[in-house]
Amino acid sequence: MSDIVTVENMCLWYGEHQALKNITIKIPQKSITAFIGPSGCGKSTFLKSLNRMNDLIQGVKITGDVKYNGKNIYDPSVDVNELRREIGMVFQKPNPFPMSIYDNIAYGPRTHGIRNKAKLDEIVEQSLKDAAIWEEVKDRLKKNALGLSGGQQQRICIARALAVKPKVLLMDEPTSALDPISTSKIEELTVKLKEEYTIIIVTHNMQQAVRISDQTAFFLLGELVEYGNTETLFSTPKDQRTEDYITGRFG
Amino acid sequence: MKNKKIFENVVHGVFLILGLITVGCVLLITVYLFAAGIPAIREIGLFPFLFGKTWESTSADPSYGILPFILTSIYGTAGAMILGVPIGFLTAVYLSKLAPKRVKAAVGAAVSLLAGIPSVVYGLVGMLVLVPGIRKLFHLADGASLLAAIIVLAVMVLPSIIKVSITALDAVPEEYEYASLALGATPIETYFKVSVPAAKSGIAAAVVLGIGRAIGEAMAVMMVSGNVANMPGLFESVRFLTTAVASEMSYSSGLQRQALFSIALVLFLFIMLINGVLNLLLKGKKEA
Ligand SMILES: Nc1ncnc2c1ncn2[C@@H]1O[C@H](COP(=O)(O)OP(=O)(O)OP(=O)(O)O)[C@@H](O)[C@H]1O
Ligand SMILES: [Mg+2]
Repeated sequence: MSDIVTVENMCLWYGEHQALKNITIKIPQKSITAFIGPSGCGKSTFLKSLNRMNDLIQGVKITGDVKYNGKNIYDPSVDVNELRREIGMVFQKPNPFPMSIYDNIAYGPRTHGIRNKAKLDEIVEQSLKDAAIWEEVKDRLKKNALGLSGGQQQRICIARALAVKPKVLLMDEPTSALDPISTSKIEELTVKLKEEYTIIIVTHNMQQAVRISDQTAFFLLGELVEYGNTETLFSTPKDQRTEDYITGRFG
Repeated sequence: MKNKKIFENVVHGVFLILGLITVGCVLLITVYLFAAGIPAIREIGLFPFLFGKTWESTSADPSYGILPFILTSIYGTAGAMILGVPIGFLTAVYLSKLAPKRVKAAVGAAVSLLAGIPSVVYGLVGMLVLVPGIRKLFHLADGASLLAAIIVLAVMVLPSIIKVSITALDAVPEEYEYASLALGATPIETYFKVSVPAAKSGIAAAVVLGIGRAIGEAMAVMMVSGNVANMPGLFESVRFLTTAVASEMSYSSGLQRQALFSIALVLFLFIMLINGVLNLLLKGKKEA
């Protein structure tokens, strides 16, 4: 399996504060990679640096290489908007736009120039189906998305991200605001999605990482302590700190 | 214990009275305006009053048609909105979303200052700069015109449009914008397709507030519009509903004076209508 995202010796500073230290990681395509680690260790920061959402924060400095399909994404020649279209993102808190369900899903494709009504209809339906929410909303596509439950809203957000046909999907604790049933729906969904997409998911829930991910990366204080096959990492961790964390001795 | 209770009740009472003062003022004005405004309309006739095209209150055979004033007020306000809304709206988007902090602070201060300038000063500057400018530019006999009034009003409504729109735009949750950017939309696309629609009821309220401000303005427009009761034309000297009341009140008597009250009543009804729309918009915002 080839690697779609490769990071080498990457460091990141928020002003004076160094949030990431010498991160080196290779993420294989069409798999699920989980980022775990205690609060404040830099998981979200690292995730956001993969689609350059950190550009929006003032005073961020990045060194090292972050490559997507072999190309450094921080190269001046890179079109950030195109990069973010290919590397989509789902946020911790469901954040559908205050518009109809249809317009939410059609937003991305419209932004990228698709005007044809039939084509949009098709994308909306397919994205909602891929996000396993079509059956629940197909009769109320014109209704405001904010009227849905939290779990439904999060699947709308996933559908919205899928509608621009990304290659990679970054998910930052997508189930932390949801009830157990919605959570398991989204877990099933991610497992299904990895047939087509590369998924990188931040989670505080170690069972979740075990249930769905192929690789797990353990972060601590801005460092990548251990990275490898999920089963191996959880059954026979190489690093003492990893073992302490997954056995609940700190964190 | 008992004393405390009495004290509570007294304080309650005081607040109630203070609250009632405001309500009382509104009621008093409403009742008085209707009482004072209706007799002249009865005498002149509703139709000739509202749709009569000539206002000759001081001639031997007086005529009290206020259509010129109504249309002037409507055209003047509409013109001010056509100029003021795009400028104010785009300024608000720039200041809320794009401007660096220091620019935002500096321009924000300027806007506040603009809001604080008394209307007589607007009138004065308009009279000294705008009116002669219009006269020269369009080769007119007199530059005091509807156009001059529209420009002055447009400037005067800017602060309320800008400030209320900024408040609405600032209140749009960042998460919406992040979601849009993460889909590959550019910042500008994001602001116009996500932030502005999310703030639309607040922006609409800003526009309605501006309309209220423009239609109620008297002093500044009186000074630049020529104050003649013509049917409105862009380069015509005109008189507004507000200035019609203000300019004749001091020497009016009899039916003329009563007709001025009727004009005030019409103006009041316009303002009530605008307020009603504003309340609807704000209510819609809460429910959304
Ligand atoms: N915008 C910012 N400006 C300055 N420092 C920041 C910013 N965002 C995060 N940090 C700092 O960077 C470090 C890593 O934060 P990050 O949000 O990546 O942690 P996390 O692992 O995602 O934590 P959590 O599990 O709580 O979400 C923290 O010390 C945090 O205080
Ligand atoms: Mg985080």
